[in-house]
Amino acid sequence: MSSARDNILARLRKSDADGDLPGSDFSVMKEKIWGAEEKVERLIAMMSAVNTELHKTTEAGWPDLVAELLKKREIDSLLIGTNNRLMDRLQGAWRDKGDAPDIRLYDRAYEDERAEVFAAPAALTTTRGGIAETGSLIVWPDAAEPRLLSLAPPVHIALLEADRLHNTFWQAMTAEGWKDGLPTNALLISGPSKTADIEQELTYGVHGPKELIVLIIEG
Amino acid sequence: MAGRAYPQKPDAVYFFGTCLVDLFYPEAGMAGIELLEREGIKVIFPQGQSCCGQPAFNSGHRDEARAVAAAQVKLFPKDIPVVLPSGSCAGMMRKHYPELFEGHALEEAAVNLSERVFELTEFLVHVAGVKLEDKGEPVRVTWHGSCHSQREMGVLDEPKSLLKQLGNVELVELQREKECCGFGGTFSVKQPEISAAMVTDKTEDIERTEAKKVVSGDCGCLMNITGALEKKNSAVSGQHIAQFILERTR
Amino acid sequence: MSAPSGETFRERAGVALKDGELRANFRRAMDGLMGKRAAQFADADEWQRLRDLGESIRRRALSKLPDLLEQLEENLTNNGITVHWAETVEDANQIVLGILREKNAKTVVKGKSMVSEEMHLNDFLGRHGIRALEADLGEYIVQMAGETPSHIIMPAIHKNRKQIARLFKDRIDGFTYTEDAKEMTAAARAELRREFYEADAGLSGVNFAVAETGTLCLVENEGNGRMCTTVPPLHIAVTGIDKVVEKLEDVPPLFSLLTRSATGQPVTTYFNMISGPRSATDRDGPEEVHLILLDNGRTRIYADAETRRSLQCIRCGACMNHCPVYTRVGGHAYGGIYPGPIGKILTPQIDGIGQYGDLPSASSLCNACVEVCPVKIPIAQVLVRLRDEAAGHCSRPSVKESGAKKSTVQDMVWSGWKWMHENPGAYKFMSGVLTKTGNLTPAAAPLLKEWTSVRSKPKFAKKTLHQLAKEKGLADE
Repeated sequence: MSSARDNILARLRKSDADGDLPGSDFSVMKEKIWGAEEKVERLIAMMSAVNTELHKTTEAGWPDLVAELLKKREIDSLLIGTNNRLMDRLQGAWRDKGDAPDIRLYDRAYEDERAEVFAAPAALTTTRGGIAETGSLIVWPDAAEPRLLSLAPPVHIALLEADRLHNTFWQAMTAEGWKDGLPTNALLISGPSKTADIEQELTYGVHGPKELIVLIIEG
Repeated sequence: MAGRAYPQKPDAVYFFGTCLVDLFYPEAGMAGIELLEREGIKVIFPQGQSCCGQPAFNSGHRDEARAVAAAQVKLFPKDIPVVLPSGSCAGMMRKHYPELFEGHALEEAAVNLSERVFELTEFLVHVAGVKLEDKGEPVRVTWHGSCHSQREMGVLDEPKSLLKQLGNVELVELQREKECCGFGGTFSVKQPEISAAMVTDKTEDIERTEAKKVVSGDCGCLMNITGALEKKNSAVSGQHIAQFILERTR
Repeated sequence: MSAPSGETFRERAGVALKDGELRANFRRAMDGLMGKRAAQFADADEWQRLRDLGESIRRRALSKLPDLLEQLEENLTNNGITVHWAETVEDANQIVLGILREKNAKTVVKGKSMVSEEMHLNDFLGRHGIRALEADLGEYIVQMAGETPSHIIMPAIHKNRKQIARLFKDRIDGFTYTEDAKEMTAAARAELRREFYEADAGLSGVNFAVAETGTLCLVENEGNGRMCTTVPPLHIAVTGIDKVVEKLEDVPPLFSLLTRSATGQPVTTYFNMISGPRSATDRDGPEEVHLILLDNGRTRIYADAETRRSLQCIRCGACMNHCPVYTRVGGHAYGGIYPGPIGKILTPQIDGIGQYGDLPSASSLCNACVEVCPVKIPIAQVLVRLRDEAAGHCSRPSVKESGAKKSTVQDMVWSGWKWMHENPGAYKFMSGVLTKTGNLTPAAAPLLKEWTSVRSKPKFAKKTLHQLAKEKGLADE
């Protein structure tokens, strides 16, 4: 007895041949190219237009900026992954700050962490890079920075290295060879969560983070 | 239409009146013919012509459409332009005759014909290069282009450019210029309530322009729109663009 | 009245046309969406080239569909995603039920999925004691109202804020009545956050299934899709077999066309690419991911090269946003799952001409949809093809219940029309009769009656153009 699979494939293979098909001309995907500074400015413009908060900062300065942003929001704890570089930087920079936020680690399986993950008021992640055309962060969650860091807490702070900004999505994926190895989950994040389902009125903060703060690290 | 290669002004053209013009708006057809003759072009009118076949084609009666279309194809053998005072029927011949006659004995003739078909304003602007001198009284008008004229024949600027040549004509655009008036041939009687809603909206749009006349290049739309305007005793009247232009430039 | 009822499109449309509030809601919404889309595609050259590319990508994938489905299955399986095949919606529902029962799942949270609407999945699961809860705000509203979506992108577009506020007041415990969109959204967020946290399973659709890499791509703004596919231990994805693309590089052009065509956004908040369940090193993500490939009439649509074009659709909704008919009657009048122009070509093919053979004629063939389709589906051409099929006059019929609308009266009318128009002598005779007597036809006569409800009677001319041309002495060569 043939399976659904066999039946479906057999029916498809018995079908009319196509006529002449148009070829795929990808040149339109290759033409949007901006300079380094333009890419940053464009990302800022695109992301600000959808309520993202962006700041330019430096490798030296970002930990203090994070502390300041959290203090302004009266947030006293920050969830991060187990990215050692991040942990060291934050712990180092905040060690002598009296009022620095608590650093909490998402360092166990979700089942053991879930209450904390869903209660965390803010999370910080790195990013793989960004896309200037659409104002998007490229985030590849992994063991060190699990998926929910950029989804559950109402405030998501993301570190973006300015020199990892691509022009477009197509250029990013072809330049970096994504087809040769994608993680279990790869994301483009282009702002805080939003909806326009009520009379097409745009509101922010639906099921994903209510706030997205991007720290653009230049130099 | 962008991308279409237009021929030099010919000595003679065929004129295909279309069935709606023939039965309901023959003056529009005569006006179109006179506009062409005025440019020094001989107009040939094969008396055997009837209908392009679109009503049957759109209703799922392809064989009947093909039979009637075949009779038309045979009437225009000379390699000269065929001019129609209707974007909708021109679209049928230009875009759909090749597909209708695929694999048929008349395929070559039908394809050849389709390449020589022109909507009237398209022809006047791009082939005849008409220059108009307005002798009429000042008037405000608005333009309604049929969907097929715009989307199958790519004609939108041409009629408006002709109207803009008329110095005493103030052309006001409709707010929803590209929206269908609701005629759609048999659609107007198969879905009369929706069609009525569409033509009502279109007449309201027209009345809001405070134009005295609505000018169109398609008699199906004209019949639909002027019918609705008359029913509500509107002060606005409608006219085919060929007549409108001819009356003002005679 | 929530959804217009009636046997035919005309009846349902008639009810909708009388609903002033509905018409106003839709008109406002469609105007907004059309304007936003136009702003995104202001560069006409880029638009034409991008849609040419989009068309070529979809047609290429369809031309290789069986091979790509096999490749997709292989790569998904290697990635740890279990693939199931379902010929009918009944089969698909049973597969979903089986997967859920195996895990003792009692609650499923759902991302937006039109395929799950085709399956009537929520009702089916409900009958088997499993709660399926919509988490996309528009779907959540529609589910609360006991209705179906009226638009494929904005499911609650037919509701205004007062209607939504009243719903929330009735159905959400502790909700203080407010018509403020922000406050209503916040209330929904709080409710659904609990549901994500507790759900046994998440269900989603798929926007693009990439054969080359075994990846499922999801497009969304709210974050509920990510929640449904990340939080619960089990993720089930359902998709039609037509959603496959060949290569990863095919995705960005389609993604760009989709968001800009659908809501006039350059990009959505999230683009979610799933290539496996939680790996050995991941800390979160579902432990099991399943994909169900649904046929439900698609192989039949595929069989004919012309109807196959219907399967190019990327579900952007631009066609319905620009449709003068849809704007006036809304989505429920179409009766099936998919409304608007794409619905007019899909629903009769999926569910048969018998019940839906009137849909292809519910169009003036204005081509507004053809002009904006980002993957260049020749919608008007398929509509005419379906009219041929409905009338029983297709030379190579292939559509379900072809000929179900065949009518002897119609056949006679068109035979008569043909005779009158293919014989110059007959035409001359008939047109002569009409010029003399046509105007005597009473306004209440069949067909004329519908016409004259809002228009004056058309007037036959005294002389035909043929006569005038002859009198003028025009050459007859």
